[in-house]
Amino acid sequence: MNDTKANLKAFQLKGSVLTLTVLELLKADMPAIRSQFLSLVKQTPDLFRGMPVVLELKKIQTATTPLDFEVIFALLREHGLVPVGVRGGNPEQQAAVNLLGLPLLASTRGEKTEKVDLPASPSTGEEPILRKVSSKLVTQQVRSGQQIYAKGGDLVILNSVSPGAEVLADGNIHVYGALRGRALAGVNGDRDARIFCQKIDAELVSIAGHYWVNEDLSSMPEGQTIQIYLDQDRLHMGTF
Amino acid sequence: MVAQIIVITSGKGGVGKTTSSASFATGLAMRGFKTVVIDFDVGLRNLDLVMGCERRVVYDLINVIHGEANLQQALIKDKRVDNLFILAASQTRDKDALTQEGVERVLQELQRDFDYIVCDSPAGIERGAIMALYFADTAVVVTNPEVSSVRDSDRILGLLSSKSKRAESKQEPIREYLLVTRYSPARVARGEMLSVNDVVDILHIPLLGVIPESQAVLNASNNGIPVSLEKESDAGQAYLDVVARFLGENRPHRFITENKKGIFGRLFGWTNREKLEDVV
Repeated sequence: MNDTKANLKAFQLKGSVLTLTVLELLKADMPAIRSQFLSLVKQTPDLFRGMPVVLELKKIQTATTPLDFEVIFALLREHGLVPVGVRGGNPEQQAAVNLLGLPLLASTRGEKTEKVDLPASPSTGEEPILRKVSSKLVTQQVRSGQQIYAKGGDLVILNSVSPGAEVLADGNIHVYGALRGRALAGVNGDRDARIFCQKIDAELVSIAGHYWVNEDLSSMPEGQTIQIYLDQDRLHMGTF
Repeated sequence: MVAQIIVITSGKGGVGKTTSSASFATGLAMRGFKTVVIDFDVGLRNLDLVMGCERRVVYDLINVIHGEANLQQALIKDKRVDNLFILAASQTRDKDALTQEGVERVLQELQRDFDYIVCDSPAGIERGAIMALYFADTAVVVTNPEVSSVRDSDRILGLLSSKSKRAESKQEPIREYLLVTRYSPARVARGEMLSVNDVVDILHIPLLGVIPESQAVLNASNNGIPVSLEKESDAGQAYLDVVARFLGENRPHRFITENKKGIFGRLFGWTNREKLEDVV
């Protein structure tokens, strides 16, 4: 064992993706922010204790009235929230935040935004924003030589995929027919992507780069939906 | 009414496109429809041989496209069947001589005079094949019961639904039919061939007919006779069934199961039983 060498290390650097709550400012109006915040905290005081939060300034970057960020952060901290950074905003706003020693976070491409369900938030008069899910629907049979790629989402095929055809998706692939060609799910590295089909005789299946060729497939009972998924770097196939 | 344009296509070569084009066109003409069959295999023309008119070709499709001859000069009238005409391909040119505008002009002119225009596609998925299918209303996809032919047919079906005029102009899609040729029930039973059900399962288009593997096809081709004129032969009858189904008649599929034992088979069977009884 190489204990001594390992013990010399006190830390290591790792990249990681975290889910954080984003507080998105819609108006550069301090009294309005304060009153909405206070009424929210009043309903669920414990929900926010110790919660890291990112301040999103995208919607107020054209605001002409300056905001005192020191006051906002103080308000958040007073009620147990931990501001960890700021995103968006115009150069003036960013400079003001910088002076307070908080980092400016990059707006990530293709970010996943999940709305945090807050219990009975008092009506702000704002309509919830519906996010368009970028899945691709194909109704015709995918024939030999054809290639279909669902970028950034799922691929749904209401027919069969012929031998010699190739279907790809950044997300899941659903085939409501026989899968006889090549199917590659999670091509951008999504290890949670899955492949579903009604009948399988695929030339190749792949999830996040882990693949099986036809001879790796075991025979599956007919008449049941089949799924292929990745677990601990190994592909698995089963019915459900 | 303008003529219906039918392309006989397959992707793969040697599966029976030309034989099927000749027999199908002949069958339509025998039913009284004025029919022309066009060879699109420029540079490798064969249809004239199968139709037995190779000695009568003066002008061809390319001559008409390039304005070197008019249609009346290029159309060859069949001597056996009324209403049947052949438009030969050029043997000395290549597929680049087929222009889309030229093909369209020829087809439009033919549509005024004929009921059916049958286009015999060359193999492959290049210019010749695309030109043959581009203006089609109906496609008959000729497939042999083996995996490479099925895959190539599938590829052609993909092109029919993406590269044809009907697809590009978002019209009603081309009607697609499957024609399985060179079918041998005995070899299917031995597992040497895909069954017709396997083929239909993969291609998923309506089955127009099954043509049995038959010596009659070879003999007819060699003699320049469309096999649908050989009414006694199994392949000839199968093609006549295909034409009938195409025209909307309901005919059960034949030649897809192994033949009952012939007179010799029964004799042998009987002798064997006799022997068996002797032993017992």
